[in-house]
Amino acid sequence: MAEVLVYVDHVDGAVRKPTLELLTLARRIGEPVAVALGAGADATAAVLAEHGAVKVLTADAPEFTEYLVVPKVDALQAAYEAVSPAAVLVPSSAEGKEIAARLAVRIGSGIITDAVDLEAGDEGPVATQSAFAASFTTKSRVSKGTPVITVKPNSAPVEAAPAAGAVEALAVTFGALATGTKVTGRTPRESTGRPELTEAAIVVSGGRGVNGAENFHLIEALADSLGAAVGASRAAVDAGWYPHSNQVGQTGKSVSPQLYIASGISGAIQHRAGMQTSKTIVAINKDAEAPIFDLVDYGVVGDLFAVVPQLTDEIKARKG
Amino acid sequence: MSLRIVVCVKYVPDATGDRQFTEDLTVNRDDVDGLLSELDEYAVEQALQIADEADDAEITVLTVGPEDAKDALRKALSMGADKAIHVEDDDLHGTDVMGTSLVLAKAIEKAGYDLVITGMASTDGTMGVLPAILAERLGVPQVTLLSEVKVEDGTVTGRRDGDTASEQLEASLPALVSVTDQSGEARYPSFKGIMAAKKKPVESWDLEDLEIEADEVGLEGSWTKVDSAAQRPARTAGTIVKDEGEGGKQLAEFLAGQKFI
Repeated sequence: MAEVLVYVDHVDGAVRKPTLELLTLARRIGEPVAVALGAGADATAAVLAEHGAVKVLTADAPEFTEYLVVPKVDALQAAYEAVSPAAVLVPSSAEGKEIAARLAVRIGSGIITDAVDLEAGDEGPVATQSAFAASFTTKSRVSKGTPVITVKPNSAPVEAAPAAGAVEALAVTFGALATGTKVTGRTPRESTGRPELTEAAIVVSGGRGVNGAENFHLIEALADSLGAAVGASRAAVDAGWYPHSNQVGQTGKSVSPQLYIASGISGAIQHRAGMQTSKTIVAINKDAEAPIFDLVDYGVVGDLFAVVPQLTDEIKARKG
Repeated sequence: MSLRIVVCVKYVPDATGDRQFTEDLTVNRDDVDGLLSELDEYAVEQALQIADEADDAEITVLTVGPEDAKDALRKALSMGADKAIHVEDDDLHGTDVMGTSLVLAKAIEKAGYDLVITGMASTDGTMGVLPAILAERLGVPQVTLLSEVKVEDGTVTGRRDGDTASEQLEASLPALVSVTDQSGEARYPSFKGIMAAKKKPVESWDLEDLEIEADEVGLEGSWTKVDSAAQRPARTAGTIVKDEGEGGKQLAEFLAGQKFI
Protein backbone atom coordinates (compact mmCIF):
# COMPACT_ATOMS: atom_id res chain seq x y z
CA MET A 1 0.00 0.00 0.00
CA ALA A 2 1.22 3.51 -0.83
CA GLU A 3 2.67 5.64 1.93
CA VAL A 4 1.25 9.07 2.75
CA LEU A 5 3.36 11.68 4.53
CA VAL A 6 1.60 13.50 7.35
CA TYR A 7 3.25 16.63 8.74
CA VAL A 8 2.86 16.72 12.51
CA ASP A 9 1.85 19.94 14.25
CA HIS A 10 2.86 19.64 17.89
CA VAL A 11 3.86 21.84 20.79
CA ASP A 12 6.83 20.29 22.65
CA GLY A 13 5.59 16.80 21.93
CA ALA A 14 1.87 17.43 22.46
CA VAL A 15 0.24 16.64 19.10
CA ARG A 16 -2.48 19.12 18.10
CA LYS A 17 -5.85 17.70 17.17
CA PRO A 18 -5.84 18.64 13.45
CA THR A 19 -2.86 16.30 12.95
CA LEU A 20 -4.84 13.37 14.39
CA GLU A 21 -7.67 14.24 11.99
CA LEU A 22 -5.13 14.16 9.13
CA LEU A 23 -4.19 10.60 10.11
CA THR A 24 -7.83 9.56 9.65
CA LEU A 25 -7.86 11.07 6.15
CA ALA A 26 -4.41 9.69 5.32
CA ARG A 27 -5.60 6.15 6.04
CA ARG A 28 -8.22 6.54 3.30
CA ILE A 29 -5.48 6.94 0.70
CA GLY A 30 -2.59 4.90 2.09
CA GLU A 31 -0.35 4.15 5.04
CA PRO A 32 0.42 7.21 7.15
CA VAL A 33 4.07 8.05 7.76
CA ALA A 34 4.30 10.95 10.20
CA VAL A 35 7.02 13.61 10.15
CA ALA A 36 7.62 15.25 13.53
CA LEU A 37 10.22 17.99 13.87
CA GLY A 38 11.76 19.94 16.72
CA ALA A 39 11.93 19.54 20.48
CA GLY A 40 9.70 16.73 21.73
CA ALA A 41 9.36 15.10 18.32
CA ASP A 42 10.14 11.66 19.77
CA ALA A 43 7.43 12.11 22.37
CA THR A 44 4.77 12.40 19.64
CA ALA A 45 5.27 8.81 18.48
CA ALA A 46 2.96 7.08 20.94
CA VAL A 47 -0.15 9.12 20.11
CA LEU A 48 0.65 9.08 16.37
CA ALA A 49 0.97 5.28 16.45
CA GLU A 50 -2.31 5.00 18.31
CA HIS A 51 -3.98 6.90 15.45
CA GLY A 52 -2.51 4.97 12.56
CA ALA A 53 1.06 6.10 11.87
CA VAL A 54 3.04 3.11 10.65
CA LYS A 55 6.26 5.07 10.99
CA VAL A 56 7.31 8.33 12.65
CA LEU A 57 10.25 10.19 11.14
CA THR A 58 11.78 12.62 13.62
CA ALA A 59 14.44 15.29 13.51
CA ASP A 60 15.51 18.00 15.89
CA ALA A 61 17.92 20.86 15.26
CA PRO A 62 18.26 24.43 16.53
CA GLU A 63 17.43 25.66 13.01
CA PHE A 64 13.76 24.68 13.47
CA THR A 65 13.26 27.31 16.16
CA GLU A 66 15.92 29.86 15.25
CA TYR A 67 14.79 30.42 11.66
CA LEU A 68 11.41 30.79 9.98
CA VAL A 69 9.66 28.01 8.01
CA VAL A 70 12.41 27.03 5.52
CA PRO A 71 14.32 24.57 7.79
CA LYS A 72 11.04 22.66 8.20
CA VAL A 73 10.60 22.62 4.41
CA ASP A 74 14.11 21.18 4.08
CA ALA A 75 13.18 18.44 6.55
CA LEU A 76 9.85 17.63 4.93
CA GLN A 77 11.63 17.45 1.59
CA ALA A 78 14.15 15.01 3.08
CA ALA A 79 11.22 12.87 4.29
CA TYR A 80 9.60 13.08 0.86
CA GLU A 81 12.80 11.89 -0.80
CA ALA A 82 13.24 9.07 1.72
CA VAL A 83 9.68 7.77 1.39
CA SER A 84 8.42 8.66 -2.16
CA PRO A 85 4.86 9.02 -0.86
CA ALA A 86 1.59 9.01 -2.80
CA ALA A 87 0.59 12.28 -1.15
CA VAL A 88 1.72 14.80 1.46
CA LEU A 89 -0.83 16.07 3.98
CA VAL A 90 -0.24 19.15 6.14
CA PRO A 91 -2.57 20.89 8.61
CA SER A 92 -4.00 24.17 7.23
CA SER A 93 -2.40 26.45 9.80
CA ALA A 94 -0.70 29.63 8.57
CA GLU A 95 2.70 27.98 8.94
CA GLY A 96 1.49 24.62 7.66
CA LYS A 97 0.30 26.21 4.43
CA GLU A 98 3.64 27.97 3.93
CA ILE A 99 5.60 24.76 4.51
CA ALA A 100 3.35 22.82 2.13
CA ALA A 101 3.54 25.51 -0.55
CA ARG A 102 7.31 25.70 -0.59
CA LEU A 103 7.62 21.92 -0.64
CA ALA A 104 5.17 21.73 -3.55
CA VAL A 105 7.09 24.16 -5.74
CA ARG A 106 10.39 22.44 -4.90
CA ILE A 107 9.20 18.97 -5.83
CA GLY A 108 7.27 20.23 -8.87
CA SER A 109 3.86 19.33 -7.51
CA GLY A 110 0.50 21.03 -7.44
CA ILE A 111 -0.97 22.13 -4.12
CA ILE A 112 -4.51 22.17 -2.78
CA THR A 113 -5.16 24.20 0.36
CA ASP A 114 -7.93 24.22 2.96
CA ALA A 115 -9.50 20.92 1.96
CA VAL A 116 -12.55 20.07 4.07
CA ASP A 117 -12.67 16.43 2.97
CA LEU A 118 -10.47 13.95 1.15
CA GLU A 119 -11.14 10.66 -0.58
CA ALA A 120 -9.27 8.24 -2.81
CA GLY A 121 -9.91 8.69 -6.55
CA ASP A 122 -8.87 6.93 -9.75
CA GLU A 123 -6.35 9.65 -10.52
CA GLY A 124 -5.17 10.31 -6.96
CA PRO A 125 -6.77 11.87 -3.91
CA VAL A 126 -9.81 14.08 -4.50
CA ALA A 127 -10.14 17.08 -2.20
CA THR A 128 -13.34 18.89 -1.36
CA GLN A 129 -13.02 22.65 -0.84
CA SER A 130 -15.36 25.52 -0.16
CA ALA A 131 -15.31 28.56 -2.41
CA PHE A 132 -16.85 32.03 -2.45
CA ALA A 133 -17.84 32.25 1.21
CA ALA A 134 -18.86 28.59 1.10
CA SER A 135 -21.56 29.21 -1.51
CA PHE A 136 -19.81 26.63 -3.71
CA THR A 137 -18.29 23.24 -3.05
CA THR A 138 -15.53 22.18 -5.40
CA LYS A 139 -13.81 18.88 -5.95
CA SER A 140 -10.21 19.12 -7.09
CA ARG A 141 -7.13 17.05 -7.51
CA VAL A 142 -3.48 17.62 -8.13
CA SER A 143 -2.65 16.89 -11.76
CA LYS A 144 1.13 17.25 -11.61
CA GLY A 145 3.60 15.61 -9.26
CA THR A 146 2.82 14.23 -5.82
CA PRO A 147 -0.34 15.78 -4.37
CA VAL A 148 0.43 18.23 -1.56
CA ILE A 149 -2.77 18.97 0.33
CA THR A 150 -3.48 21.09 3.39
CA VAL A 151 -6.58 20.24 5.39
CA LYS A 152 -8.71 22.46 7.60
CA PRO A 153 -9.29 21.53 11.23
CA ASN A 154 -12.50 19.59 12.03
CA SER A 155 -12.57 18.02 8.56
CA ALA A 156 -12.49 14.43 9.80
CA PRO A 157 -13.13 12.54 13.02
CA VAL A 158 -10.20 11.52 15.20
CA GLU A 159 -10.19 7.71 15.13
CA ALA A 160 -8.07 5.23 17.03
CA ALA A 161 -6.33 2.80 14.64
CA PRO A 162 -3.28 1.33 16.35
CA ALA A 163 -0.25 0.89 14.12
CA ALA A 164 3.45 0.21 14.62
CA GLY A 165 4.58 3.85 14.78
CA ALA A 166 8.25 2.88 14.65
CA VAL A 167 10.43 5.92 15.27
CA GLU A 168 13.19 6.56 12.76
CA ALA A 169 15.65 9.43 12.76
CA LEU A 170 15.37 11.59 9.66
CA ALA A 171 18.64 12.92 8.24
CA VAL A 172 18.23 16.56 7.23
CA THR A 173 20.67 18.77 5.35
CA PHE A 174 19.77 22.44 5.52
CA GLY A 175 20.05 24.44 2.31
CA ALA A 176 21.37 27.97 1.83
CA LEU A 177 17.90 29.52 2.22
CA ALA A 178 17.23 27.84 5.58
CA THR A 179 18.91 30.56 7.63
CA GLY A 180 17.50 33.49 5.65
CA THR A 181 14.93 34.67 8.16
CA LYS A 182 16.09 34.76 11.75
CA VAL A 183 13.64 34.52 14.64
CA THR A 184 15.13 37.05 17.06
CA GLY A 185 12.43 36.81 19.70
CA ARG A 186 9.42 34.72 20.60
CA THR A 187 6.66 35.56 23.06
CA PRO A 188 4.23 32.70 23.70
CA ARG A 189 0.63 33.80 23.39
CA GLU A 190 -0.96 34.04 26.80
CA SER A 191 -3.19 31.06 27.28
CA THR A 192 -6.83 31.80 28.05
CA GLY A 193 -7.42 28.16 28.91
CA ARG A 194 -9.89 28.05 26.02
CA PRO A 195 -9.40 25.97 22.86
CA GLU A 196 -7.60 27.52 19.89
CA LEU A 197 -10.16 29.29 17.69
CA THR A 198 -9.27 27.63 14.39
CA GLU A 199 -9.45 24.09 15.74
CA ALA A 200 -12.24 24.34 18.34
CA ALA A 201 -15.24 22.05 17.99
CA ILE A 202 -17.51 24.83 19.24
CA VAL A 203 -17.07 28.58 18.66
CA VAL A 204 -19.10 31.31 20.33
CA SER A 205 -18.73 34.72 18.68
CA GLY A 206 -19.81 38.23 19.57
CA GLY A 207 -20.33 41.19 17.29
CA ARG A 208 -21.53 44.76 17.18
CA GLY A 209 -24.55 43.85 19.29
CA VAL A 210 -22.32 43.05 22.28
CA ASN A 211 -21.93 46.79 22.50
CA GLY A 212 -18.67 47.18 24.40
CA ALA A 213 -15.58 45.34 25.64
CA GLU A 214 -17.09 45.25 29.12
CA ASN A 215 -19.91 43.01 27.87
CA PHE A 216 -17.77 40.36 26.24
CA HIS A 217 -17.71 38.45 29.52
CA LEU A 218 -21.24 37.28 28.58
CA ILE A 219 -19.85 35.68 25.41
CA GLU A 220 -16.92 34.21 27.34
CA ALA A 221 -19.21 32.74 29.99
CA LEU A 222 -21.34 31.07 27.33
CA ALA A 223 -18.19 29.76 25.63
CA ASP A 224 -16.86 28.38 28.90
CA SER A 225 -20.13 26.60 29.65
CA LEU A 226 -19.67 24.71 26.35
CA GLY A 227 -15.88 24.35 26.43
CA ALA A 228 -15.81 26.57 23.35
CA ALA A 229 -13.43 29.09 21.79
CA VAL A 230 -14.40 32.77 21.63
CA GLY A 231 -14.61 34.59 18.33
CA ALA A 232 -15.46 38.15 17.37
CA SER A 233 -16.71 39.90 14.26
CA ARG A 234 -14.63 42.52 12.54
CA ALA A 235 -16.91 45.26 13.89
CA ALA A 236 -16.21 44.15 17.46
CA VAL A 237 -12.48 43.87 16.80
CA ASP A 238 -12.25 47.22 14.99
CA ALA A 239 -14.04 48.84 17.93
CA GLY A 240 -11.31 47.46 20.18
CA TRP A 241 -13.67 45.26 22.20
CA TYR A 242 -11.80 42.03 21.57
CA PRO A 243 -8.30 41.09 20.28
CA HIS A 244 -7.73 40.77 16.57
CA SER A 245 -6.39 37.25 17.08
CA ASN A 246 -10.01 36.22 17.73
CA GLN A 247 -11.48 37.77 14.59
CA VAL A 248 -13.55 35.41 12.48
CA GLY A 249 -14.02 36.39 8.86
CA GLN A 250 -12.48 37.06 5.51
CA THR A 251 -9.64 39.19 6.88
CA GLY A 252 -9.49 37.25 10.14
CA LYS A 253 -9.55 33.56 10.88
CA SER A 254 -11.54 30.94 9.09
CA VAL A 255 -13.30 28.48 11.40
CA SER A 256 -15.16 25.29 10.67
CA PRO A 257 -16.49 23.98 14.00
CA GLN A 258 -19.23 21.48 14.71
CA LEU A 259 -21.25 24.30 16.29
CA TYR A 260 -21.03 28.06 15.71
CA ILE A 261 -23.03 30.44 17.89
CA ALA A 262 -23.19 34.04 16.61
CA SER A 263 -24.40 36.62 19.10
CA GLY A 264 -25.14 40.16 18.01
CA ILE A 265 -23.61 39.50 14.61
CA SER A 266 -25.58 40.58 11.54
CA GLY A 267 -23.74 38.23 9.18
CA ALA A 268 -22.13 40.45 6.56
CA ILE A 269 -20.56 38.51 3.69
CA GLN A 270 -17.07 39.14 5.10
CA HIS A 271 -18.03 37.38 8.32
CA ARG A 272 -19.82 34.57 6.54
CA ALA A 273 -16.66 33.88 4.54
CA GLY A 274 -14.97 32.87 7.78
CA MET A 275 -17.64 30.66 9.36
CA GLN A 276 -20.06 29.38 6.77
CA THR A 277 -18.57 25.88 6.65
CA SER A 278 -19.55 25.38 10.32
CA LYS A 279 -21.68 22.25 10.64
CA THR A 280 -24.44 23.65 12.84
CA ILE A 281 -25.06 27.41 13.00
CA VAL A 282 -27.01 29.21 15.68
CA ALA A 283 -27.65 32.96 15.95
CA ILE A 284 -29.04 35.35 18.51
CA ASN A 285 -29.87 38.80 17.16
CA LYS A 286 -32.41 41.55 17.87
CA ASP A 287 -32.91 42.23 14.16
CA ALA A 288 -35.16 39.60 12.59
CA GLU A 289 -33.96 40.79 9.15
CA ALA A 290 -30.25 40.16 9.88
CA PRO A 291 -28.70 38.09 7.03
CA ILE A 292 -27.22 35.65 9.56
CA PHE A 293 -30.70 34.16 9.99
CA ASP A 294 -30.53 32.91 6.38
CA LEU A 295 -27.75 30.54 7.46
CA VAL A 296 -28.95 29.26 10.78
CA ASP A 297 -30.17 25.89 11.88
CA TYR A 298 -31.68 27.62 14.89
CA GLY A 299 -32.12 31.34 15.47
CA VAL A 300 -33.44 33.40 18.33
CA VAL A 301 -34.74 36.86 17.53
CA GLY A 302 -34.12 38.64 20.78
CA ASP A 303 -31.87 40.72 22.98
CA LEU A 304 -28.60 38.89 23.56
CA PHE A 305 -28.33 40.48 27.01
CA ALA A 306 -31.37 38.43 28.02
CA VAL A 307 -30.92 35.34 25.85
CA VAL A 308 -27.20 34.64 26.32
CA PRO A 309 -27.16 34.60 30.16
CA GLN A 310 -30.31 32.46 30.21
CA LEU A 311 -28.72 30.05 27.74
CA THR A 312 -25.51 29.91 29.79
CA ASP A 313 -27.41 29.18 33.00
CA GLU A 314 -29.50 26.51 31.31
CA ILE A 315 -26.42 24.79 29.87
CA LYS A 316 -24.73 24.82 33.28
CA ALA A 317 -27.88 23.45 34.91
CA ARG A 318 -28.18 20.66 32.35
CA LYS A 319 -24.53 19.76 32.68
CA GLY A 320 -25.03 19.68 36.46
CA MET B 1 21.17 54.11 -3.00
CA SER B 2 17.62 53.77 -4.11
CA LEU B 3 15.37 51.17 -2.46
CA ARG B 4 13.39 49.38 -5.14
CA ILE B 5 10.09 48.09 -3.81
CA VAL B 6 7.76 45.90 -5.86
CA VAL B 7 4.23 45.44 -4.50
CA CYS B 8 2.23 42.54 -5.92
CA VAL B 9 -1.50 43.22 -6.05
CA LYS B 10 -4.51 41.30 -7.28
CA TYR B 11 -7.70 42.38 -8.96
CA VAL B 12 -10.50 40.31 -7.44
CA PRO B 13 -14.25 39.96 -7.85
CA ASP B 14 -16.15 41.94 -5.22
CA ALA B 15 -16.93 39.54 -2.36
CA THR B 16 -20.31 41.16 -1.83
CA GLY B 17 -21.33 40.29 -5.40
CA ASP B 18 -22.93 37.04 -6.55
CA ARG B 19 -19.78 35.12 -7.48
CA GLN B 20 -20.00 32.18 -9.88
CA PHE B 21 -17.86 29.76 -11.83
CA THR B 22 -17.81 29.67 -15.63
CA GLU B 23 -18.17 26.52 -17.72
CA ASP B 24 -14.44 25.77 -17.60
CA LEU B 25 -14.61 26.07 -13.80
CA THR B 26 -12.62 29.28 -13.67
CA VAL B 27 -13.92 32.34 -11.86
CA ASN B 28 -16.60 34.21 -13.77
CA ARG B 29 -15.33 37.77 -13.93
CA ASP B 30 -18.01 39.16 -16.23
CA ASP B 31 -20.94 39.53 -13.88
CA VAL B 32 -19.28 40.87 -10.77
CA ASP B 33 -17.37 44.12 -10.36
CA GLY B 34 -13.69 43.77 -9.65
CA LEU B 35 -11.49 45.77 -7.34
CA LEU B 36 -8.08 45.86 -5.70
CA SER B 37 -8.07 43.05 -3.12
CA GLU B 38 -8.60 44.65 0.27
CA LEU B 39 -5.74 42.69 1.80
CA ASP B 40 -3.37 44.10 -0.85
CA GLU B 41 -4.20 47.67 0.16
CA TYR B 42 -2.30 46.97 3.38
CA ALA B 43 0.73 45.93 1.30
CA VAL B 44 0.59 49.18 -0.69
CA GLU B 45 0.25 51.15 2.55
CA GLN B 46 3.31 49.52 4.12
CA ALA B 47 5.31 50.11 0.94
CA LEU B 48 4.40 53.80 1.11
CA GLN B 49 5.43 54.02 4.76
CA ILE B 50 8.73 52.20 4.14
CA ALA B 51 9.43 54.50 1.16
CA ASP B 52 8.73 57.55 3.33
CA GLU B 53 11.36 56.41 5.82
CA ALA B 54 13.96 55.63 3.14
CA ASP B 55 16.27 58.27 1.68
CA ASP B 56 15.32 57.36 -1.82
CA ALA B 57 12.79 54.72 -2.80
CA GLU B 58 10.70 53.78 -5.78
CA ILE B 59 7.50 51.75 -5.57
CA THR B 60 6.36 49.64 -8.50
CA VAL B 61 2.98 47.91 -8.32
CA LEU B 62 2.68 44.70 -10.27
CA THR B 63 -0.35 42.67 -11.23
CA VAL B 64 -1.12 39.68 -13.42
CA GLY B 65 -4.61 39.69 -14.84
CA PRO B 66 -7.03 40.68 -17.58
CA GLU B 67 -7.45 44.19 -19.01
CA ASP B 68 -9.70 45.27 -16.12
CA ALA B 69 -6.94 44.53 -13.64
CA LYS B 70 -5.51 47.93 -14.58
CA ASP B 71 -8.13 49.32 -12.18
CA ALA B 72 -6.29 47.70 -9.29
CA LEU B 73 -3.03 49.27 -10.47
CA ARG B 74 -4.68 52.70 -10.77
CA LYS B 75 -5.96 52.44 -7.22
CA ALA B 76 -2.45 51.66 -5.94
CA LEU B 77 -0.97 54.48 -8.04
CA SER B 78 -3.54 56.91 -6.68
CA MET B 79 -2.55 55.87 -3.15
CA GLY B 80 1.00 56.96 -4.01
CA ALA B 81 2.93 54.20 -5.80
CA ASP B 82 5.27 55.50 -8.50
CA LYS B 83 4.73 53.21 -11.45
CA ALA B 84 2.96 50.05 -12.48
CA ILE B 85 3.48 46.87 -14.46
CA HIS B 86 0.58 44.94 -15.90
CA VAL B 87 1.22 41.40 -17.10
CA GLU B 88 -1.54 40.49 -19.48
CA ASP B 89 -1.77 37.63 -21.95
CA ASP B 90 -4.67 35.59 -23.31
CA ASP B 91 -2.76 32.43 -22.47
CA LEU B 92 -2.93 33.31 -18.77
CA HIS B 93 -6.62 32.43 -18.47
CA GLY B 94 -7.13 29.86 -15.71
CA THR B 95 -3.59 30.06 -14.32
CA ASP B 96 -3.25 28.56 -10.83
CA VAL B 97 -1.07 29.73 -7.97
CA MET B 98 2.01 27.92 -9.29
CA GLY B 99 1.70 29.58 -12.69
CA THR B 100 0.89 32.98 -11.22
CA SER B 101 3.89 32.80 -8.92
CA LEU B 102 6.10 31.93 -11.89
CA VAL B 103 4.86 34.96 -13.84
CA LEU B 104 5.25 37.24 -10.83
CA ALA B 105 8.76 35.95 -10.09
CA LYS B 106 9.92 36.54 -13.68
CA ALA B 107 8.32 39.98 -13.75
CA ILE B 108 9.85 40.96 -10.40
CA GLU B 109 13.29 39.86 -11.59
CA LYS B 110 12.88 41.77 -14.84
CA ALA B 111 11.74 44.90 -12.99
CA GLY B 112 14.60 44.72 -10.47
CA TYR B 113 13.95 44.81 -6.73
CA ASP B 114 15.31 45.01 -3.21
CA LEU B 115 12.04 44.33 -1.45
CA VAL B 116 8.84 42.59 -2.55
CA ILE B 117 5.67 43.24 -0.54
CA THR B 118 2.39 41.33 -0.84
CA GLY B 119 -0.83 41.02 1.09
CA MET B 120 -1.31 37.96 3.32
CA ALA B 121 -3.81 36.32 0.92
CA SER B 122 -6.19 37.30 -1.85
CA THR B 123 -9.79 37.83 -0.86
CA ASP B 124 -11.03 35.54 -3.64
CA GLY B 125 -8.85 32.43 -3.66
CA THR B 126 -7.80 32.99 0.00
CA MET B 127 -5.08 30.34 -0.25
CA GLY B 128 -2.44 32.50 1.43
CA VAL B 129 0.44 30.52 -0.07
CA LEU B 130 1.62 32.81 -2.86
CA PRO B 131 4.07 34.83 -0.70
CA ALA B 132 5.91 31.69 0.45
CA ILE B 133 6.02 30.25 -3.08
CA LEU B 134 7.27 33.55 -4.47
CA ALA B 135 10.07 33.68 -1.88
CA GLU B 136 11.02 30.12 -2.81
CA ARG B 137 11.08 30.96 -6.51
CA LEU B 138 13.06 34.18 -6.01
CA GLY B 139 15.45 32.49 -3.58
CA VAL B 140 15.13 35.28 -1.01
CA PRO B 141 14.13 35.23 2.68
CA GLN B 142 10.39 35.15 3.39
CA VAL B 143 9.36 37.52 6.16
CA THR B 144 5.67 36.81 6.10
CA LEU B 145 2.40 37.53 7.88
CA LEU B 146 3.77 40.63 9.55
CA SER B 147 1.60 42.89 11.64
CA GLU B 148 4.51 45.32 11.99
CA VAL B 149 7.32 45.92 9.52
CA LYS B 150 10.38 48.13 9.32
CA VAL B 151 13.25 48.46 6.83
CA GLU B 152 16.54 49.98 7.87
CA ASP B 153 20.13 49.69 6.61
CA GLY B 154 19.36 46.84 4.26
CA THR B 155 17.56 44.82 6.94
CA VAL B 156 13.87 44.10 7.28
CA THR B 157 12.43 43.40 10.72
CA GLY B 158 8.88 42.63 11.71
CA ARG B 159 6.46 40.96 14.06
CA ARG B 160 4.55 37.82 13.12
CA ASP B 161 1.59 36.92 15.34
CA GLY B 162 0.98 33.19 15.15
CA ASP B 163 -1.48 30.80 16.79
CA THR B 164 0.76 30.02 19.72
CA ALA B 165 3.40 32.75 19.77
CA SER B 166 4.35 36.18 18.55
CA GLU B 167 7.71 36.17 16.77
CA GLN B 168 10.22 38.91 15.97
CA LEU B 169 11.80 38.31 12.58
CA GLU B 170 14.84 39.68 10.82
CA ALA B 171 16.25 39.24 7.32
CA SER B 172 18.64 40.95 4.95
CA LEU B 173 17.49 42.48 1.68
CA PRO B 174 16.59 41.42 -0.90
CA ALA B 175 13.60 39.84 0.81
CA LEU B 176 9.91 39.16 0.44
CA VAL B 177 7.46 40.52 2.99
CA SER B 178 3.76 39.82 3.39
CA VAL B 179 1.61 41.92 5.71
CA THR B 180 -1.65 41.25 7.54
CA ASP B 181 -4.64 43.53 7.99
CA GLN B 182 -3.16 44.47 11.38
CA SER B 183 -0.18 46.23 9.80
CA GLY B 184 -1.95 49.56 9.59
CA GLU B 185 -5.07 50.99 8.02
CA ALA B 186 -4.60 51.75 4.32
CA ARG B 187 -4.92 55.40 3.30
CA TYR B 188 -7.64 56.66 0.98
CA PRO B 189 -6.39 58.13 -2.27
CA SER B 190 -6.58 61.93 -2.26
CA PHE B 191 -8.06 63.85 -5.19
CA LYS B 192 -4.53 64.96 -6.01
CA GLY B 193 -3.40 61.33 -5.87
CA ILE B 194 -6.15 60.27 -8.23
CA MET B 195 -5.28 63.01 -10.72
CA ALA B 196 -1.54 62.24 -10.47
CA ALA B 197 -2.16 58.52 -11.00
CA LYS B 198 -3.53 59.21 -14.48
CA LYS B 199 -0.11 60.44 -15.56
CA LYS B 200 1.94 57.69 -13.97
CA PRO B 201 3.43 55.06 -16.30
CA VAL B 202 1.77 51.65 -16.63
CA GLU B 203 3.92 49.20 -18.54
CA SER B 204 2.33 46.18 -20.20
CA TRP B 205 4.21 42.91 -20.50
CA ASP B 206 3.14 39.63 -22.02
CA LEU B 207 4.47 36.09 -21.66
CA GLU B 208 7.02 36.61 -24.42
CA ASP B 209 8.49 39.59 -22.56
CA LEU B 210 8.99 37.29 -19.59
CA GLU B 211 10.27 34.33 -21.62
CA ILE B 212 7.50 32.07 -20.36
CA GLU B 213 6.01 29.41 -22.60
CA ALA B 214 2.22 29.31 -22.92
CA ASP B 215 2.09 25.71 -21.67
CA GLU B 216 3.70 26.72 -18.35
CA VAL B 217 0.61 28.74 -17.43
CA GLY B 218 -3.13 28.84 -18.07
CA LEU B 219 -5.57 26.01 -17.49
CA GLU B 220 -3.36 23.58 -19.46
CA GLY B 221 -0.30 24.42 -17.40
CA SER B 222 -2.15 24.24 -14.12
CA TRP B 223 -0.78 21.75 -11.60
CA THR B 224 -4.21 21.23 -10.09
CA LYS B 225 -7.55 20.47 -11.67
CA VAL B 226 -11.02 21.40 -10.52
CA ASP B 227 -13.29 18.50 -11.48
CA SER B 228 -16.56 19.98 -10.30
CA ALA B 229 -18.03 23.06 -8.68
CA ALA B 230 -21.49 22.79 -7.23
CA GLN B 231 -23.50 25.61 -5.79
CA ARG B 232 -24.27 24.66 -2.26
CA PRO B 233 -27.92 23.89 -1.87
CA ALA B 234 -29.60 26.66 0.06
CA ARG B 235 -29.71 25.60 3.67
CA THR B 236 -33.03 24.18 4.60
CA ALA B 237 -34.69 26.96 6.49
CA GLY B 238 -33.75 26.77 10.13
CA THR B 239 -36.06 27.14 13.07
CA ILE B 240 -36.37 30.75 14.13
CA VAL B 241 -38.06 31.69 17.36
CA LYS B 242 -38.81 35.07 18.84
CA ASP B 243 -37.63 35.49 22.41
CA GLU B 244 -40.57 36.01 24.69
CA GLY B 245 -38.67 35.30 27.87
CA GLU B 246 -37.72 31.68 27.19
CA GLY B 247 -35.42 32.15 24.15
CA GLY B 248 -32.30 31.03 25.98
CA LYS B 249 -33.99 27.92 27.34
CA GLN B 250 -35.46 27.04 23.94
CA LEU B 251 -32.00 27.36 22.39
CA ALA B 252 -30.56 25.12 25.13
CA GLU B 253 -33.22 22.55 24.28
CA PHE B 254 -32.18 22.66 20.61
CA LEU B 255 -28.49 22.27 21.54
CA ALA B 256 -29.30 19.35 23.82
CA GLY B 257 -31.28 17.71 21.01
CA GLN B 258 -28.20 18.05 18.77
CA LYS B 259 -26.06 16.49 21.54
CA PHE B 260 -23.98 19.62 22.11
CA ILE B 261 -24.93 19.63 25.77
